[in-house]
Amino acid sequence: MPLTPEDVKGIAFLARLGIDAADIPGYADNLSRIIAFVDQLNAADTSDVAPMAHPLDRVQRLRPDEVTEVDQRSVYQQNATGVEAGLYTVPRVIE
Amino acid sequence: MTLAQMAAALVRGDITSTELTTDYLDRIQRFNPKLNAFVTVIADEALAAAANADKKIKAGEGGRLTGVPLAHKDIFCTAGVRTTCGSRMLDNFVSPYDATIVERLNAAGMVLLGKTNMDEFAMGSSNETSYYGPVRNPWDLERVPGGSSGGSAAAVAARLAPAATGTDTGGSIRQPAALSGITGLKPTYGRVSRYGMIAFASSLDQAGTLTATAEDAALLLNQMAAFDPKDSTSVDEAVPDYVAGLDKPVKGMKIGVPREFFDEGLDAGVEKAVREALEVYRDMGAEIVDVSLPNLGLSVPTYYVVAPAECSSNLSRFDGVRFGYRCDDPKDLTDLYTRSRGEGFGAEVKRRIMTGAYVLSAGYYDAYYLKAQKTRQLIAADFKRAFEQVDVLMGPTTPTPAFGIGEKSDDPITMYLNDIYTIGANLAGLPALSAPMGFVNDLPVGLHIIGNYFDEAGILAAAHQYQLQTDWHTRSPKGFA
Repeated sequence: MPLTPEDVKGIAFLARLGIDAADIPGYADNLSRIIAFVDQLNAADTSDVAPMAHPLDRVQRLRPDEVTEVDQRSVYQQNATGVEAGLYTVPRVIE
Repeated sequence: MTLAQMAAALVRGDITSTELTTDYLDRIQRFNPKLNAFVTVIADEALAAAANADKKIKAGEGGRLTGVPLAHKDIFCTAGVRTTCGSRMLDNFVSPYDATIVERLNAAGMVLLGKTNMDEFAMGSSNETSYYGPVRNPWDLERVPGGSSGGSAAAVAARLAPAATGTDTGGSIRQPAALSGITGLKPTYGRVSRYGMIAFASSLDQAGTLTATAEDAALLLNQMAAFDPKDSTSVDEAVPDYVAGLDKPVKGMKIGVPREFFDEGLDAGVEKAVREALEVYRDMGAEIVDVSLPNLGLSVPTYYVVAPAECSSNLSRFDGVRFGYRCDDPKDLTDLYTRSRGEGFGAEVKRRIMTGAYVLSAGYYDAYYLKAQKTRQLIAADFKRAFEQVDVLMGPTTPTPAFGIGEKSDDPITMYLNDIYTIGANLAGLPALSAPMGFVNDLPVGLHIIGNYFDEAGILAAAHQYQLQTDWHTRSPKGFA
């Protein structure tokens, strides 16, 4: 089923991606073709197959719940555009 | 001069790291404008590191790789040197820390020349999606070097660096290595630490090497492979001496040749080169066995569900708040997110994020993501069955030699199909490499060697023994003397 420009707008909003209006038909076409391409997976019989959870069939390693990091906030914040009093700034959320 | 020869010459005192580094920096200055292989060159830092390495070597404190220059793909975080990932999103990003492999290669005394160009966030097979422009193939400047580690491949092929790091999610080391005429190794999933390597698709990504020879790859892997508690997918398995393992003879080795690798779509010249390479192995005493990977055809569509799904999740961290690009004058928080991401990411990255958001969205998750994780299991099972019969698998790395810049960029599906032979190893988590095996229309093509889990030593030995019998890996492109 081809994706409509409205579908693309919806997906772009879910992904918080600003897309120029002029580019929407192009993405609708590309994404429709990609989805049609991956739809061929439906032809594969996977009725008795468990989904892969890890390529090596291993489980996530756990570690003791201990503090291992030191505070480097000021170093990390050097990469931020808006910082004030050690906090990241964004446009006002609550009036 | 290979990495191995260079390392030996440094230890003997025949050459200094300062001389070597100066020579490579000169070559970068002369030839990089033609190739666009480097995004960042750090001449002053490199010369300082070289001087330091020379002191160590003189004092007898040098290791096997001390003083040897290299380049990192710009996906690996380097403290104090910007890390762009080929994206406007990270054009201004200077990492506060080193990736584990950067740290390990620094500790070995290697000299970093700079950071190499790549497809944006490693999403591409041609290096055309980089914010910094396409990289050109040194064998033909109108053609792509492959991708996403295209800058690393072109740099090593044109001898602007003796070795470079890369990452491989669906073929991003092996495919550019093949199209650029060098050796590219993707280790087993979890073999090399990914700490500080910017994530694309976490169940597939793996770091590896781009070098002239398999011996060089073994030298680097010896230093790179290690358990890393900072990477939760890093595997705590013993690391053999890959250089010592290179002498393992091919005699008696069982080589599986998957018949599906020779189906429609394979260029006749590439097929001929593979058949000739297999003859070299037969002459060395290997047994060639016909095998089947019946679900190979599912690998590209499986990948284009799994990889975009994981990418849409991983790239949600780029929100314009803590680091990376931020749009001008956002009117509210949603505007800040959407415009920063809309302006900061290029078209292919947006396509993949949206594909991922779609296949993960409510009502579609079972039909796409869950289904793909099941077909992935079928693909992995094919490989497991094949490795019950044989020691390694061989075939072509790519269906064709390098294509023209712009030739496939209009149609994502045509571009995606370029990775048909390489994606399977990522989906299954297997180690694989590409080694030069000849030329088609004066363009290099690669022999793909896939190994069983953690058998990097086996595939490196197979490639090394082939390189002792052939000289394809010694050829270099004209115009870069």
